[in-house]
Formats: sequence, structure tokens, C-alpha cells
Amino acid sequence: MNWWETVRSGLAAIRSHRLRSSLTVLGIVIGISSVILTVGLGQGAQKEVEDQIDALGSNLLIVSPGSTTDSSGMRGGFGSASTLTVADASALADRTAVPDVVRVAPATTSSVSLVNGETNWTTSLVGTTTDWLDVRSRELSAGRFFTAAEAASGASVVVIGPDTASELFGRQSPVGQQLSVDGTRLTVVGVLSSSGASSSGTSEDDLGVVPVGTADALTGTTTSTVSTIYVEAASEDLLAAAHQEVQALLASRHGVTTADADFSIATQDSLVETANETNRTFTVLLGGVAAISLLVGGIGVMNIMLVSVTERIREIGLRKALGAAPTVIRRQFLVEASLLGLTGGLVGVLVGVIGAQVLPHLIDQAVAVSALATLAALATSLALGVGFGVYPASRAARLTPIDALRSE
Amino acid sequence: MSAIIELEGVRKTYRTGSMEFEALRGVDIRIDEGEYVAVIGPSGSGKSTLMNLLGCLDLPSEGRYVLAGEDTSRLDEAALAAIRNRRIGFVFQQFHLLPSMTAWRNVELPLIYAGVPRAERKERAVSALTRVGLGDRIDHRPGELSGGQQQRVAVARALVTEPALLLADEPTGNLDSRSTRDVLGLFDELHTSGRTIVLITHEPEVAARAQRNLVFDDGRITVDRPTAAVAPAGAS
Repeated sequence: MNWWETVRSGLAAIRSHRLRSSLTVLGIVIGISSVILTVGLGQGAQKEVEDQIDALGSNLLIVSPGSTTDSSGMRGGFGSASTLTVADASALADRTAVPDVVRVAPATTSSVSLVNGETNWTTSLVGTTTDWLDVRSRELSAGRFFTAAEAASGASVVVIGPDTASELFGRQSPVGQQLSVDGTRLTVVGVLSSSGASSSGTSEDDLGVVPVGTADALTGTTTSTVSTIYVEAASEDLLAAAHQEVQALLASRHGVTTADADFSIATQDSLVETANETNRTFTVLLGGVAAISLLVGGIGVMNIMLVSVTERIREIGLRKALGAAPTVIRRQFLVEASLLGLTGGLVGVLVGVIGAQVLPHLIDQAVAVSALATLAALATSLALGVGFGVYPASRAARLTPIDALRSE
Repeated sequence: MSAIIELEGVRKTYRTGSMEFEALRGVDIRIDEGEYVAVIGPSGSGKSTLMNLLGCLDLPSEGRYVLAGEDTSRLDEAALAAIRNRRIGFVFQQFHLLPSMTAWRNVELPLIYAGVPRAERKERAVSALTRVGLGDRIDHRPGELSGGQQQRVAVARALVTEPALLLADEPTGNLDSRSTRDVLGLFDELHTSGRTIVLITHEPEVAARAQRNLVFDDGRITVDRPTAAVAPAGAS
């Protein structure tokens, strides 16, 4: 009896118990589709984070101040100290000291209330230089960015994010309009395009950008410290070199060794890594739960195959009397179990893929179905069928024809 | 005439825990090609055990069983399955047809295990069904056939591999008198055309249709005689 005959007779046996077979398959379907969906959710979240971090700008190094230690020895976290200055940023722009850096943008951040007539909106105000636009890979949807001259003189101009624009001006064009911050009037010269990060409503799209001197004047700061310095490396390959140069230069300027630096440098990769670690934990957790449901589905297959062996004991006896060797009987039941598993796998993949299309509309979360995970799910369902079919199949194969024929 | 069946000193002992039960206590039989033999005896006499041994469904505890020139006493499960497939056609009291399959699919089964190609299988199954008079019922399922017709499907299935031996275990036990006549008539025809038939029964009128009767009692053959119908006048 060849394999094709065996598959045909397996299909016939499955078809002759439609309800029972469908319920068995259902267990596998649920298991496989939930594995595909949970892995898809994890990968979707990961992709979303990568998109967001990509939107920060390419080849980017983010320099943050180090921690403070107050008189009682209490240490603040990274960013709590005010060790980075505009002068540091200017030094980093020096091509001879840091040859692999092309652009530098220092940034101060403060929270301000912007007022347009009767409307006000609290947002973060970024004080920076003209390079900010390129370093952060941002574009303008209207107007222009402030010029070098405006930056140098601390002109009263502001570029606002798209969400800020719609909050303050509605459908009106903001360019050329006036905003006031604590009584100081600022002219809106440009509006940023959306950052392109897949989820909207992030702070990337709700902000005001002004020259660093203007920001200091508005917030009354005189120390010229900055909260972040964005550094763009010449290329992705030179990111590591730029990282070392920036580290060496800042360490020497601050009179510290790189080991106890009062600043920290993050790359996009390190940000992506951190975010992915969190996602991976969730994926593993959810995937684990889904895998358990798959296991339960597999046990369902074994249960049904055992019932099937018991129920068809006379058929097995007859087939043996007519010349079926034990291996043929074993193969028949194994193929039947594998077919149940594989059918469950195929339907499960279908449900998973459809679910991946529908789910983002319901929960506002991207689902990425990977071909590898789908193939792995199919292989697993087949393996489940075979694995959980082995015991029932060998039980059928061991039956002696006389006992099997005589049983009522 | 060459021998189809040769049993020499065959014993069969069953063990249940410490209990031993000897179902066959030394049986010697020779059955030649073309013979029509009925095995009779009360229940527990050992005739079912004999049927299992003759059908290669079980192995003797002692002694030799040569079927169509092949010693089967020391074969393993797979080899026995192959012998059953090639040499023996079974007809059972309960028909043992698979209810989900049509008549010709049932008849085709032994050919599948013999590795016969698909097209040839259907042809042979249909011709076997035609031979037992069911050429117009090939697509009926067992449930749509009468008891006598079902048993004829089973006979067709037993014949389809052209086996050396047709082994029937109480083939008329579940049939009414008309179907019994029907099936026995079929056996007579097969005998006339040269088939070797061994039939196990407890009904004297069924046994009387055979050419030779083996009477079993307590695990031994007590009588081995030609039946009255074919025996010369004056024989016992």
C-alpha cells in the first residue's frame, strides 16, 4: 500500500466522522492561529518602535548629561545633571577634532504655554540651531526653518509641529501668524511635517522649535546648558568612530575619563535594542500561552485517535486478516493523525492571517505576519499530528487480528 | 493431487495466568487441492482454534503447518500478513464488511495490500462481484444489501486475490434459510470450478454439502470421513 493510497484512505476516514474531526481540528486551529497572531503582534510592535526610532534621524548619536550627586549623596539618573553646554555643541562641530561628525544640534527642552488669541496650548519648546532639521531628518510642510542669522541673534521666530499647528490654528495657515509665550510675541515661520512614525500623537509632532538663544530668553535661563546634543555621523559605518570621537572630546573638555563620564551617548541601535527587549519579553510570554493551547490541541488529536482505534478495532482486525502488515496499519493511523494536524495548521494559518488583517482595526496595534513563523506553525501542526499519533498508531498496529475480529 | 494444507502434530496451548488450556492436542491433517472440507464439532472442541491456525491468524504452539508448500510455523507478523493476503480468502460469520465503503471498494481491499495498481484493482473487484452474481450492485454500500448479498460480497472479497484456500468460518451462521441456500450454492459452484474450500460449521446440513467432514472433539479429530452425498454406497 503506497503513501498516496494511505493518504486517500486517511482522508476518507476523517470525512466519515465530520463533526468529530472538525472539533479535533478546531483545537489545532486555535493553537496555530493564536501563535501566529501573538508572534505577529510582537513583531508588529517591534517594527513600530523601529519606525519611531528611525524617524529620529539616521546615523544619530544622542548625547545626554550625566547624573548629579547632591550633598547627601543622592544620585539622580542620567540627564539630571547640567553638564552639557552650547559650547560643547560648538566644539563637537569642529571637523578637525571630530572628523566623522557632519552636523551637531544642541537642544534645550522646556514646557511652555503657547497662546494664539483666545486659544492656548501647552507643549514642549525646543531651543536649538539650524542643523536640528537635518540632524533629526525632519521636513517642513509649510514655510521655512529659522535661518542662521535668526539663530545667532535669537530672533523671535518659531517653527511648530503639525499637531501643535492644528491645536492652535485649526485649519488656518499658521505661517506668518503671531503666538505669544508669557507675553513675548513669536512669529510662526514654518510648520513641520509629521515625523512619519507610524503612530500619531507622539511628542515628535507636538512641539515648538526656536533658536537656542530665544529659548533661553523665554525661560529666563542664563547658564546656556542644554538637555541633549544630537550628533549626526557622516555615515552609518562611521557611527562607531563618531561615537568614540565624541566621547573622547567631551571627556577631555569636562576633564573626566571615559569610565566616569558625566554624560552618556546613546545610539539608535541601543534605543532599538532596549525597546525590542521589552517586546521580546511580551512575545515570549504570549507565545508561550499560545504554545500551551497548541499542546492542548495536540492532546485532543491523540485522544480522538485513541477513540478511533478503539472504535475501529474490528476494521483493524479485518484489514490485518486481509493482509495488512503491522507497519501498514501503523502508517495508516499516523497519516490520519498527521492529516488532522496539518488540516488544523492550514486552517489556523488562514484564520491567523485574516485575524492579522482585521485586528489592527480593532486594537490600533500593528500585526506583522512573518512567513517564517507561518511555516514554523505549519511544521509544528504536522509534527503535533505525528507526535501525538504515534501512541494510538502503535496500539492499533499491535492488536492481534483474532482479538480485533472477535471484539463486539 | 498436491497438498494445500499439511498439519503435522499441531498443538495449541493458551495460557491465562497460571491456567493452561490445551485447545488442540495433536492434530494431523492433509487437505489436497480442490477438496471441499467441512470441520464440525461442538463449541469448545477446538475448531475455531484450528480455523485461526489454518488462516495464519495464529501460530501453533507445537508442530508444523505447511500451506501451499510454505512452512508458516516460524514466521513473524508481517510475513504472516503477506501469506494471508496471497494464499487465503476469508469468509466470516459477521461478514466483516466496512460499512462506509461501497461493495467494490470492500472487495478491492486485499488487492490494495497486495500492491495491485488502481485500474487493475477495480477491474478485478468488479469481475469478482460479477462472479458471485452482484455485478449490478458494485456501488451499493453494505447497509443497502441483504444479509445474503453482503455475504456474497465477502465471498467476492475472498476470491479476488485468487487464493489457494477459501476459509469460511460459520459463513451461514447469520443468514436466513434462503440466503443460506444461496451462499452454499455459490460454494458448490466454486468447488466445481476447482477451488479448495475449508468450511467451519456446527450445522449438519451445511456440513453435508461438503465432500469430506472432519469431526472435532476435545482438541482432536475423532472422525475423518467423506460425506454421504459423495461417498460410495456402504461407506460409513
